[in-house]
Amino acid sequence: MFRTPDGEEIFIIDGHTHFWDGSPENQANIHGKQFIDCFYAYHNALSPKDQLWSKEQFEKYSADKMHHDLFVDGPDDMAIVQSTYLKEFYKNGFNTIERNLDMAKAYPDRYIVNGSFDPRDGEKALEYIHFMKENYNIKGVKLYTAEWKGDSRGWKLTDPSAYRCLELCQKLGITNVHVHKGPTIIPLDKDAFDVHDVDHAATDFQGLNFIIEHCGLPRLDDFCWIAVQETNVYGGLAVALPFIHSRPRYFAEVISELLFWVGEDKILFGSDYAIWTPRWLVEKFWNFEIPEDIKQEHGVDLTREAKRKILGLNAARLYNIDIEAQKARLKDASLAVAAE
Amino acid sequence: MPRPARTETGGDARIAAVWTQLAGVMDPELDESIVDLGFVEDIAIGTDGRVDVAFRLPTYWCSPNFAFLMADDIGRAVRALPWAREVHPRLEDHMFSQEVNRGTHLGLSFAETFRDLEVSDTLEGLRETFLRKAFQRRQEAVILGLRRAGWSDAAIVTTDLGTLDRTVLTDPEGLRQKPRYREILLARGLAARPSDLAFVTLDGAAITAEGLPVHLRGLRAIRINMEANGALCRGLLDARYDEGPRQRTAAPSTHACGGAGASSGCCGGCARQTVGQTTGSPLSA
Repeated sequence: MFRTPDGEEIFIIDGHTHFWDGSPENQANIHGKQFIDCFYAYHNALSPKDQLWSKEQFEKYSADKMHHDLFVDGPDDMAIVQSTYLKEFYKNGFNTIERNLDMAKAYPDRYIVNGSFDPRDGEKALEYIHFMKENYNIKGVKLYTAEWKGDSRGWKLTDPSAYRCLELCQKLGITNVHVHKGPTIIPLDKDAFDVHDVDHAATDFQGLNFIIEHCGLPRLDDFCWIAVQETNVYGGLAVALPFIHSRPRYFAEVISELLFWVGEDKILFGSDYAIWTPRWLVEKFWNFEIPEDIKQEHGVDLTREAKRKILGLNAARLYNIDIEAQKARLKDASLAVAAE
Repeated sequence: MPRPARTETGGDARIAAVWTQLAGVMDPELDESIVDLGFVEDIAIGTDGRVDVAFRLPTYWCSPNFAFLMADDIGRAVRALPWAREVHPRLEDHMFSQEVNRGTHLGLSFAETFRDLEVSDTLEGLRETFLRKAFQRRQEAVILGLRRAGWSDAAIVTTDLGTLDRTVLTDPEGLRQKPRYREILLARGLAARPSDLAFVTLDGAAITAEGLPVHLRGLRAIRINMEANGALCRGLLDARYDEGPRQRTAAPSTHACGGAGASSGCCGGCARQTVGQTTGSPLSA
């Protein structure tokens, strides 16, 4: 729970978190090393100096540490945990749904664990979606289109095999599709970060919500156009939000663009833990005001109500979370712990 | 792993000439000079006129097609020096270092270099996508510069190239981008004579005064995206090589303030406008 300086309690849902193992013991090859090194560079590039972790800590952290950083030291009330397999790079995967569920089991009221699928698995991908629904009752999936597999160097949401998976998700009520547009490599002569496949998929699957992580960065401009046209396309703030510390004016411009094109009902807070931790992000975001000249130029404002929506209300709507009931459950759970 | 750029100034005029050529090579996605971005790591010149240019990117995963374009452009830019006999761009620490270096070394096309992957003949489509964005970003900077100088929208949309050439902007970003805008405007064949309109759409259509605010809104989204990417790339490069703000001593500066070309922060306000004017810049080729 985040308490504002004037005493209001804000319910925080962290829309994008990870529980990974990027340690050298788990790395399968140079790509595994380079992958976690790249994450660490993001952490270093945009974190406040007093929030920096050591490399060893960053490569692998415990379930207790994650719980502490999000809910004890951090202001999160709930967190959505995204599963990313990367089995070509990591012996046991980077963070599979099993690893995430095992981490989350001690705090069932805190975590929502999402699944993942790879359409290139064909029939097996469909079976796996059924499996995750029946066994784990997933509400969403995280899709990483840049994942390597055999000779393949990435896929698109518009691939026929991906459409079959999305059809099944829609049918089973797995409604939240978090899309991470990493650099897909094939076809190599095209823009590796192109987000236009999201446009087609969102049009064709009106029963699904597409949450584009990093707001389409590095294609924020293209993403904004798509989000205007598609009512079921949302933007996750991870990567964009940390600019609030190092480049507050850039952040003001980015959030103004998002508010103008995408709108305050369709932007979701996410820390991208453990790349960043939520406490400083939420504190800075709550205290942030768009400079007057940018406000005028863009014709938007980041109001108190917009902040409430971005920090929790929007995600609660997508994941059918009754905030008052959830607050009561969390309170009971903490009383039970205190009584033990 | 600290690994600062190795090239020192040393007074070698040829090294300086290579830096000048490289300052005109752009990261196609960011429309910024690879020298300003800190991508150029090392330049070595052999007695036989062979030039080796080592460059590195913010991540191991940066798009290989852009890396190939940059390697190709480095080769072209340095070969323009009359004494340069052989030019070897060398991409380091990248998932496709080997392929890109082999391809550029043997003078292979993009398709030949990556024959095992799914590619069509050239990268021209990709290059065009980002040249369009570069055009839009530069145009916005100049228009905003004129607005800040007190020009009305009606005056902006009706002004011609000759008038724009005679106009001196004081807004730093407008000042920097004006010659770069002019270059790309002419290169795309959207204006040629002094009497041609200075500001048109990507398709060459005139813009109305009433339509200018909406037109600018579209341009603004492109600029904000590019600026965010530029900031991210600089941050990632610094974090990757643990260098902190770069202070390169070698670049013969094209900055009016005399500062080196490495860091965007070194002299954001000075007249960096001469960067990109280099004759034979890949953007105009």
